[in-house]
Amino acid sequence: MLVYIARRIVYVIPIVASVALVCFLLVHITPGDPLVAVLPADASQELAAQLRTAYGFDRPLPVQFGLWLWRALHGDLGNSIATGRPVLSEVLRAVGNTVTLAIAAASIGFTLGLFFGLIAGYFRDTWVDKVATSIAIAGVSVPHYWLGMVMVIIFSVQLNWLPAVGAGPGGSGAWGWDWEHMKYLILPAITTSVIPMGIVTRTVRALTGDILSQDFVEALRAKGLRETDVFRHVIKNAAPTALAVMGLQLGYMLGGSILIETVFSWPGSGLLLNSAIFQRDLPLLQGTILVLALFFVALNLLVDIAQASIDPRIKRS
Amino acid sequence: MSAITDTALQAAPATQARGYWATVGRRIRRDKVSMVCAFILVLIFMSALLAPWLGLADPYQGSMIRRLRHIGTPNYPLGTDELGRDMLARLVYGGRLSLLIGILPVILAFMIGTSLGLVAGYVGGKLNTAIMRTVDVFYAFPSVLLAIAISGALGAGIVNSIVSLTIVFVPQITRVAESVTTGVRNMDFVEAARASGAGPFTIMRVHMLGNVLGPIFVYATGLISVSMILAAGLSFLGLGTKPPEPEWGLMLNTLRTAIYVNPWVAALPGAMIFAVSICFNLLSDGMRSAMDIRN
Repeated sequence: MLVYIARRIVYVIPIVASVALVCFLLVHITPGDPLVAVLPADASQELAAQLRTAYGFDRPLPVQFGLWLWRALHGDLGNSIATGRPVLSEVLRAVGNTVTLAIAAASIGFTLGLFFGLIAGYFRDTWVDKVATSIAIAGVSVPHYWLGMVMVIIFSVQLNWLPAVGAGPGGSGAWGWDWEHMKYLILPAITTSVIPMGIVTRTVRALTGDILSQDFVEALRAKGLRETDVFRHVIKNAAPTALAVMGLQLGYMLGGSILIETVFSWPGSGLLLNSAIFQRDLPLLQGTILVLALFFVALNLLVDIAQASIDPRIKRS
Repeated sequence: MSAITDTALQAAPATQARGYWATVGRRIRRDKVSMVCAFILVLIFMSALLAPWLGLADPYQGSMIRRLRHIGTPNYPLGTDELGRDMLARLVYGGRLSLLIGILPVILAFMIGTSLGLVAGYVGGKLNTAIMRTVDVFYAFPSVLLAIAISGALGAGIVNSIVSLTIVFVPQITRVAESVTTGVRNMDFVEAARASGAGPFTIMRVHMLGNVLGPIFVYATGLISVSMILAAGLSFLGLGTKPPEPEWGLMLNTLRTAIYVNPWVAALPGAMIFAVSICFNLLSDGMRSAMDIRN
């Protein structure tokens, strides 16, 4: 097991390096100088040159990358152009809110997905299966930002039950696990949970169907096992793949939260990314994307290791 | 005489062995869900294509005095938007850009990804490693984040949004194409072609392409739904289409301010995205099971 973990970690190093390179280059694929966007239109040549030197944009690209990477490794992602605050602390604070949202959404989406997937796979081609697969296909097809708007229309505008935007009363930044704060979490969490719910349902349904058609299930039944015990075998066999899919979905929720967070003004990493894009705050844009991508890589690594630890077949291959 | 000929003509097809694609076509035509979805999609495509000839109102012509009319208002069957423009006309015209920016990236990625995957899978060795390890890097980003990062860096615009979505889908299609090609590469008929002196390019084009295209195509049609949602999502964020163009994602964005005044009109563009996306998903599912001859 330790050997497997070590091998996986070694494999991650080049990926992390490439991710850093992509994030660095993102700023430089824009035509022209990265500073053009933030400089006032009437800025003098001297001021532009001065800023270029201050940000190091006058040096050759590989040197810039080396310096940027060196600082990033020491936890320095530069300062936000808009606020002047360190990028890393801004990003980490926002990521905390995104994690809260993702975990809430995951607990709803995964529970429903596992439940629908198992019963749909078990009662294949019955009406139960049809209802569950219809819910799943709607879940994976719905534009979630639109669903968010519809939820706001129903529960905030029409019924006036839940708040439409924000993450707490009075716009305060501090999150608390009380009802006053939870009210703000319900709509974004349900909206976020819909896609993972659909994907988990579809995966688990296919898995359950495949496993039930295998010979060993026949043997278990022939041996006289009760259906509940057969079911336990099905779950055991489906677990590693289901776990992998859920891990990936959690990663998508953390990294792809920008649309939902924009709809609900949820103060997470997605909303931060949104403001970085529209204020042309390039260090913040670069830093947010880097942190989110690294989170995603780390999460995938964890899922791989967890998967290997519950399924001995993976380590051997 | 003529009676005999008729019988002979009618009997002829029954004895003929049906080809693979003919079987797939027949199976999909029997699938009611797929057919309904195909019909809805054709309807939306045709109305978008023929929009100027459908006698609709001008989708750009607004009026301050008739802003945000409700659904069912005489002359405005689907109401008006925040600038008093006819919603029905804008939804129909909106299909043009929305479908273009949603589907074109998948077509481009299908062409690029299939070529890359075919070459990587057939040539193998160092070239395979180079292509597939590059592809792996893009898998280190969640696709929404990657699309937004690239569009955000390139700036708003239709072309940039198409480019960024193409970049998101190329690695996914390359992976599928590579694995399908690797599976076919060592089959006897490829060996036979090689033995008879065919060059690598001829083998890839003549012998491999036809065998790998089916699964890649089905995978790509499944991506259209994601692409539609993401493309409209980019416009929704302000990274795609620019006003006053009618486009579903952008319309949803500009109508957000109207949800307290006229909520259901504001939700209409999203319903269009949802309809197209779910139809493509169901059609792709239908195609997948029609092509799976085992059952």
